[in-house]
Amino acid sequence: MPDEVVVTVNGSQVAVPAGATVAVAMMMAGKPCRTSVTGEPRGPLCGMGICFECRAMVNGVPHSRSCQILCESGMDVKTND
Amino acid sequence: MISDSREPFDVLVVGGGPAGIAAAVRAAETGARVGIVDENFAPGGQIWRSRPSEQEHTKEASKWRTRLNASGVTVLCGKRVFHQPQPGVLLAEGLDDLRELSYRTLILATGARERFLPFPGWTLPNVTGAGGLQAMVKSGLPIRGKRVVVAGTGPLLLAVAAYLRKQGAEIPLICEQASWSRLTRFGRFLMQHPQKIAQGLLLKKGLRGIPFEANSWPVAAHGETHLEAVTISHGGQCGAIKCDYLACGFHLVPNTELAVLLGCRTAGGYVQVNEFQQTTMESIFCAGEPTGIGGVELALTEGQIAGLAAVDRNSEARTLFRAREKHRRFARMLDETFCLRPELKSLASPQTLVCRCEDVPYSRLQEHTSWRAAKLHTRCGMGPCQGRICGPATQFLFKWSPDSVRPPVFPARVENLAALPVPEQPIAEVTGGLQ
Amino acid sequence: MGKAAYDVVIVGAGIVGAACADAFAERGMRVVVVDRDVVGSGATAAGMGHIVVMDDSDAQFALTHYSQRLWQELRPDLPDDVEYEQAGTIWVAADEEEMAEVERKRDYYAKRGVGAEILDADQLKQAEPNLRAGLVGGLLVPEDGVLYPPCAARFLMNRAQQRGAKLKLGAAVTQISEGRVRLSDGQEVAGEIVVNAAGSNAAELTPGIEIKKRKGHLVITDRYPGFLRHQLVELGYLKSAHSVAQDSVAFNVQPRRTGQILIGSSRQYGAEHKEVDQIMLTNMLRRAQEYMPELGSMSAVRVWTGFRAATPDKLPLIGPCPGHTSVFLATGHEGLGITTSLGTARILLSQIMGSKPEIPVAPYLPSRTVKEYAHA
Repeated sequence: MPDEVVVTVNGSQVAVPAGATVAVAMMMAGKPCRTSVTGEPRGPLCGMGICFECRAMVNGVPHSRSCQILCESGMDVKTND
Repeated sequence: MISDSREPFDVLVVGGGPAGIAAAVRAAETGARVGIVDENFAPGGQIWRSRPSEQEHTKEASKWRTRLNASGVTVLCGKRVFHQPQPGVLLAEGLDDLRELSYRTLILATGARERFLPFPGWTLPNVTGAGGLQAMVKSGLPIRGKRVVVAGTGPLLLAVAAYLRKQGAEIPLICEQASWSRLTRFGRFLMQHPQKIAQGLLLKKGLRGIPFEANSWPVAAHGETHLEAVTISHGGQCGAIKCDYLACGFHLVPNTELAVLLGCRTAGGYVQVNEFQQTTMESIFCAGEPTGIGGVELALTEGQIAGLAAVDRNSEARTLFRAREKHRRFARMLDETFCLRPELKSLASPQTLVCRCEDVPYSRLQEHTSWRAAKLHTRCGMGPCQGRICGPATQFLFKWSPDSVRPPVFPARVENLAALPVPEQPIAEVTGGLQ
Repeated sequence: MGKAAYDVVIVGAGIVGAACADAFAERGMRVVVVDRDVVGSGATAAGMGHIVVMDDSDAQFALTHYSQRLWQELRPDLPDDVEYEQAGTIWVAADEEEMAEVERKRDYYAKRGVGAEILDADQLKQAEPNLRAGLVGGLLVPEDGVLYPPCAARFLMNRAQQRGAKLKLGAAVTQISEGRVRLSDGQEVAGEIVVNAAGSNAAELTPGIEIKKRKGHLVITDRYPGFLRHQLVELGYLKSAHSVAQDSVAFNVQPRRTGQILIGSSRQYGAEHKEVDQIMLTNMLRRAQEYMPELGSMSAVRVWTGFRAATPDKLPLIGPCPGHTSVFLATGHEGLGITTSLGTARILLSQIMGSKPEIPVAPYLPSRTVKEYAHA
């Protein structure tokens, strides 16, 4: 298993440790996972899948809880508006 | 939909943390057919969550993991229970599948979550829970060289600070809102327990040199697109600290939603159980944090009692009663030591958001006299977190009591809500127009 | 002016009670509204919040059309949290038989000045790309709208209070008699007139009126902006034997301003418990997925139930309560309570004041049912 996985976050490539979650990839890229209903940038809060702040668009699927998804090579991740 | 068995599980355990693992192992070792369902990638829950690269476990955790692997328990990871469409059957959703889980006896070991309190700036990216940040680091977040302020309340703060420091983070400060007198009393209590002393000493080593302040809490988090600094209040004085992360959690609240959905009675916010960890529903047991926040030793003891009682090994279960009573004293001590001080009610400004899902500010909530009214008129608590974040906060801020629980207890895909694990019923009559 | 503390006691602070309070207070009447829970907490909290014209009968059309115009007049005054959107409705036809109904409806509406446009299969697909392929067409009614009912009720109640109305919440009414209501704590509130606007519980307070509970289920999803633009309703009921007494589901979805999709609808008879019925929920969601397959993969955040107040002839009871001299009814609105709340308030007010109502009230008079009792 490779040490690193490369995913795309908001169009830019990010290398993350193997086994890292998509939420971590977005934090490493410095991008918010989602934009709140009044336009605030938001990132992961609880780290355990219950706050829903980490919802991102993963491979075109909106509202994906990124802290519960492992990064896979080539994944396309975007801030969920 | 995948049905996991032609035969129901003798014992199904919801939650693969310490309580769940202990319950499943003890039940399975008597020969029963046992399953664990957990939504994380691997069992361990929060406190025994492992990093992808290393297997860091305490001796206790390793022991139980080994026992679990040898026990024949069916472990279903990455599945989240959201509904019981009929008695004896749970539905659990995975990323791209649906499981139907039948059982004779159920053990709920659903653990706890952090309590979050609102203060200006708390919604900035990189303001996280204390256990939350630890979980993120264990999920691969690099923390070496980053500055992390740890704040809030509870023994979790110390464990998190020690862990982060070990991973290379710089911890400028730990802010504990409890008073020194309460903490000292807690420390004296711990001294009476050898296990705790050993843990305490290890912790002390891990925390050497990290400034720790009691009577201290965050007043505001600052930054534009993400956290840049946090202002801390200590002894009436405020000071700003530049940091990369604020790991802030105000102790734990039990995850009782599934228990309530299934009809279990609660008291004081915790699931009511008898001496065998049996709830008010005959075939449902409950162990660990949902019966009272008490830490890992209590969870392991309660889990074992539940697992044994679930397979009618009551006399064996009894042998653990004394240990449980001892650990429950620790739980009560936790409650007393880390109760929230009233100053924390005034942290939120009128514009501070309290419900993060629906962006409802404090000022809009103030006008309402109940959770129900606030929910209806502002939609606070109607978002995907289903009130798990804002509920405990509003309970503390306004003394509101929570609502009843309806399915799904977690958001689930529409197609999965429409799952019916009984022989096909004829589609009901279609009727006209708007009703 | 009379001796009682109030001119009108209104039982129920749902959308109908709130609309009545607002209209009566505007006229200078001394009003008190009594509710056992919070404003807008019954069917008002549970329903879809649509503002639609319906043509199951001329009387139903008259009341919904009249009320819709009143909502449109009110719209500029509505605060943001009422979330009024003129999303329009599309009645969806799955085959030629349903398409014939589309034509009939269009003609009906055209004769009465309601804008409605027939859509063929391509136009339907354009209007709502996420409907499944193979549908034949539909009828677009652009003036229909949606709003968020609890906040609408609250707006009306607040305005009523600004006009002098009083509000007593957390006060359950146990008895309605001439000139007064009794509360569960024994207190009495006196009024020259009492209005029963207690929705699906109305028959408990004025026994003998024909109000039955019709349970419904709804599901709301997370936010998917742009997925759905109009409220969509199927015309599939034409296929069924259309019995009034059977449990049923229908495809009915609505976009909220938040981008959330509200999925309905279901109707049950004789179910009095508020727990979710898995069979109804399953059938309702399967029906919805038949029309919009992509709903299946959406995240459903909440499921809830509610009770509509239903009458045997599907028209509300608005007017003097049979067997009483000073008790009026404003209930039985079934699935059209939000829409017809404003019209209800006006025609009830005109009856109380003795003034000419803006539409004929005979079809809604509670006394219309007395004839049926005579036959029984």
